[in-house]
Amino acid sequence: MRAVQVLMGAATLAFAAAAQAQISNDVVKIGVLTDLSGPYSDLAGTGSVEAVKMAVEDFGGKVLGKPIEVVAADHQNKGDIAANKAREWFDRGNVDMIIDLTTSSTALAVMKVAKEKNRISIVSGAASTKITNEDCTDTNVHWTYDTRSLAEGTGRAVVKQGGDTWFFLTADYAFGHSLEKDTSEVVTAAGGKVLGSVRHPFPGQDFSSFLLKAQASGAKVIGLANAGTDAQNSIKQAAEFGITPKQKLAGLLLFINDIHTVGLKAAQDLYVTESFYWDRDDASRAWSKRFFDRQKRMPNMVQAGNYSAVGHYLNAVKAAGTDDAAKVMAKMKATPVNDMFTKDGRIRADGLHVHDVYLFQVKKPAEAKGPWDYYKLVQTVPGDQAFTPLAQSRCPLVKK
Amino acid sequence: MALLLAVLIAAPFLGAYPVLLMKILCFSLFACAFNLLLGYSGLLSFGHAAFFGGAAYVTGYLCKDLGVGPGVGILAGTAFALALGWVFGSLAIRRAGIYFAMITLALAQMMYFVWVQLKLTGGEDGLQGIPRGRLGGIIDLSPDLNLYFFVLAVCAAGFWIVYRAIHSPFGEVLKAIRENEPRAISLGYDVDRVKLLAFTLSAGLAGLAGSTKCLVLQLASLTDVHWHMSGEVVLMTLLGGLGTVFGPVVGAALVVALQNAEAFGRWTLVAQGLIFVVCVLVVRRGIVGELAAFFRRVTHPRKP
Amino acid sequence: MIEIFGVPLQALLGQLLVGLINGSFYAVLSLGLAIIFGLLNIINFTHGAQYMMGAFLAWIGLTKFGLPYWAALVVVPLLVGALGMVIERTMLKRLYHLDHLYGLLLTFGLALVIEGFFFNEYGSSGQSYDVPDALTGGTHLGFIFLPNYRAWVVVASLAVCIATWFLIERSSLGAYLRAGTENPKLLQAFGVNVPLLITLTYGFGVALAAFAGVLAAPVFQVSPDMGAKLIIVVFAVVVIGGMGSILGSIVTGLGLGLIEGLAKVYFPEFSATIIFLIMVIVLLVRPAGLFGRVR
Repeated sequence: MRAVQVLMGAATLAFAAAAQAQISNDVVKIGVLTDLSGPYSDLAGTGSVEAVKMAVEDFGGKVLGKPIEVVAADHQNKGDIAANKAREWFDRGNVDMIIDLTTSSTALAVMKVAKEKNRISIVSGAASTKITNEDCTDTNVHWTYDTRSLAEGTGRAVVKQGGDTWFFLTADYAFGHSLEKDTSEVVTAAGGKVLGSVRHPFPGQDFSSFLLKAQASGAKVIGLANAGTDAQNSIKQAAEFGITPKQKLAGLLLFINDIHTVGLKAAQDLYVTESFYWDRDDASRAWSKRFFDRQKRMPNMVQAGNYSAVGHYLNAVKAAGTDDAAKVMAKMKATPVNDMFTKDGRIRADGLHVHDVYLFQVKKPAEAKGPWDYYKLVQTVPGDQAFTPLAQSRCPLVKK
Repeated sequence: MALLLAVLIAAPFLGAYPVLLMKILCFSLFACAFNLLLGYSGLLSFGHAAFFGGAAYVTGYLCKDLGVGPGVGILAGTAFALALGWVFGSLAIRRAGIYFAMITLALAQMMYFVWVQLKLTGGEDGLQGIPRGRLGGIIDLSPDLNLYFFVLAVCAAGFWIVYRAIHSPFGEVLKAIRENEPRAISLGYDVDRVKLLAFTLSAGLAGLAGSTKCLVLQLASLTDVHWHMSGEVVLMTLLGGLGTVFGPVVGAALVVALQNAEAFGRWTLVAQGLIFVVCVLVVRRGIVGELAAFFRRVTHPRKP
Repeated sequence: MIEIFGVPLQALLGQLLVGLINGSFYAVLSLGLAIIFGLLNIINFTHGAQYMMGAFLAWIGLTKFGLPYWAALVVVPLLVGALGMVIERTMLKRLYHLDHLYGLLLTFGLALVIEGFFFNEYGSSGQSYDVPDALTGGTHLGFIFLPNYRAWVVVASLAVCIATWFLIERSSLGAYLRAGTENPKLLQAFGVNVPLLITLTYGFGVALAAFAGVLAAPVFQVSPDMGAKLIIVVFAVVVIGGMGSILGSIVTGLGLGLIEGLAKVYFPEFSATIIFLIMVIVLLVRPAGLFGRVR
């Protein structure tokens, strides 16, 4: 298998004397490994696949004279299914790069496989900071956001806005804990105080008890260290029990899809940090409209991130003249990212794509001019501030 | 059986994908272990994931964080599953039928909570990057092919244990209990002891499967201890054929292949459900069971 | 301020009230399951999916057909109940002569199919269902702000529970039903259409699940996995209460809600698992459940 490929490569070299473009198996294949059927299928899912296809189309469908193919599979948020698929794709499917990876467990699993097989992995969906710290690899890029950027955006900026006492409602699993920890650190560093926290079983359904605790604490801000339907239910029930608007809610991991589901009446005044918003500027509006035409909903940061990452990857392949992982990665890290997603984004040695993130506040129902017009920009957090500084990185690849 | 073994030995050289095969082998062992309990003893356990995933965690932790070798790691995982099986079994055996199943489910859910809370399991991220290590300090198990034969050997040993258990006096007593428990008691058999033994053995083998699987995919996660996993093994056994020797293998192969197939995409869950429904309504004896019955009918036609 | 184990009395009372509210919800949800198992010996794993269908159909009714909440409370359970009856007629019927196991597996498979279908059609994000206007707002009770809708949930659940109990235990229809499970042949000999009775009963149990779903829609997000999250808990309630006992599931549902409420105060991470601990203890001490009879 591998031996045969090496032989073929050598033969090609021998025959094409001045061989410049070396594309393995004569095709650049991108694998979108995402949640197609489970709780995150709306956040990523077919939207992610579509975004990747759009990027390939916009690139022209070919690079270095070879076709670009897109394949997709469902990892069902299970690490072993993701690892298995990644292995199969790399070993037998001629896949050169895997992208999306919606939960931290699938992301970490596939990153390891990619490192082992010397292929590129790009994480757009997952958020754990482990991806660029303890578990970093030199064949991975963490593109869109991580728990630190969410904490910096929402935590620091909210404290500056006057929300200086916090209480956390945390989903009792590793991700929830990490969200809470990262945001607590930021809040305290910004001069705020964390009055307490309560952990709810994950996944949950009824949060009234936990919200009542938050209410009893008297904190100005209730940080929701949970996501998806848990966050949606928390928001709804906070409104139901009259906890908002007296206390403010800060959604530590929310996407525009969640706001769409919950509705502005319950979600108004909520603070959210996202790395992308469709209505941010002309470039984002133009691209998002095309996405909307295909998917009938506006893109969120994960899907936009996928599009941006694939574009950057393909440009790197073209510049490097090959799809060899190390060479392409070197080009990706050497080139700044400038597209509808961000300006002057940079990929660091630890694989983290550093770019600006944005703190938004959800509009009141009267302020919205139509569906999906949900956010008003409160603050732009520059990339260097939003993400963990390289000097503090626990990634073994970073030379100190 | 020898033919199957020969095919499996040759498979990777014939172009089959080793990692997928290994996954199927591990799940087959899991299903066979489960079948020992359900198909042959008539005991439905809803908590087998606790043994499968629990052993995976134990082995994973030992191999990754304590640097233990794969052989010892797997033995430790299996031992854990045996012990846990004995404890659960002792509690559950006191009741029968649906109540037995419910106790196993409740105990498994409590274990699930323990696993979620323990730091060493890595929570939602799971234990990643478990090294395959060197067997006996000599044979490097990192290359897929080496690991494949090791896994094949382990699973073959597991099947052999199940096979011997079924075709032994012990197995006969199990079947007697399944058919008519009061009569087995009246014949003087210590029914509770036999059931406990079967349960513990089944748990241990499930643990063996889990430990081996964690080395194959190099990760152990909450998926392995979730009640969905317990449900999946029921599906595999049912699909393949309760109380048949090869049924679970076929069932496991089909379910794993189904999960792996890109063709279904979003419809995988629905497909699984449909298979359950069809199996229960129509193909009740499972694929192997139906095939066996068919062959029997063809080769030994009975006079009406 | 009086404190109990470190928690102010006011806060504790508030949590207990919330627990009671959840408990009444568990009660009506497990009621359907208890009826189906108690009277028909079927372990209806599809219950969660049927509950979800109730919520979804209420949502579809509102958004596509303008069906108001109050009408949905009646219409949706009837619809889902009818669907349930179709399932019973076409599939469950064939399994009565077999072990319980097959009924369980069939309904498990059906649950997967239904949930998968809804996932594919409607996505995973969930849909929002607004609280009906008449029930918005709440009352300040001193120790807690009680939303009116939650109070309604308690009232509706308890009303339905009591009505059902009355129907099964005290009416002649209920008597037929109970007779039918003890000795169907004898009952049939008396001229009662037993198969029809069984079908209707299943339909009724399913309708109860759907009713709970409509009640739930304004409170929880209407999402395809809402049933899967609850089904295990509901089973536990039924098992603890006694798998045949209507009264058992009502009392246990309420009791469990209270215990869960207490757990959420003192040991929140464990609050989802405490029910299983109780289940093991109950099953070992009183296998038929708190109110059940051994079959």
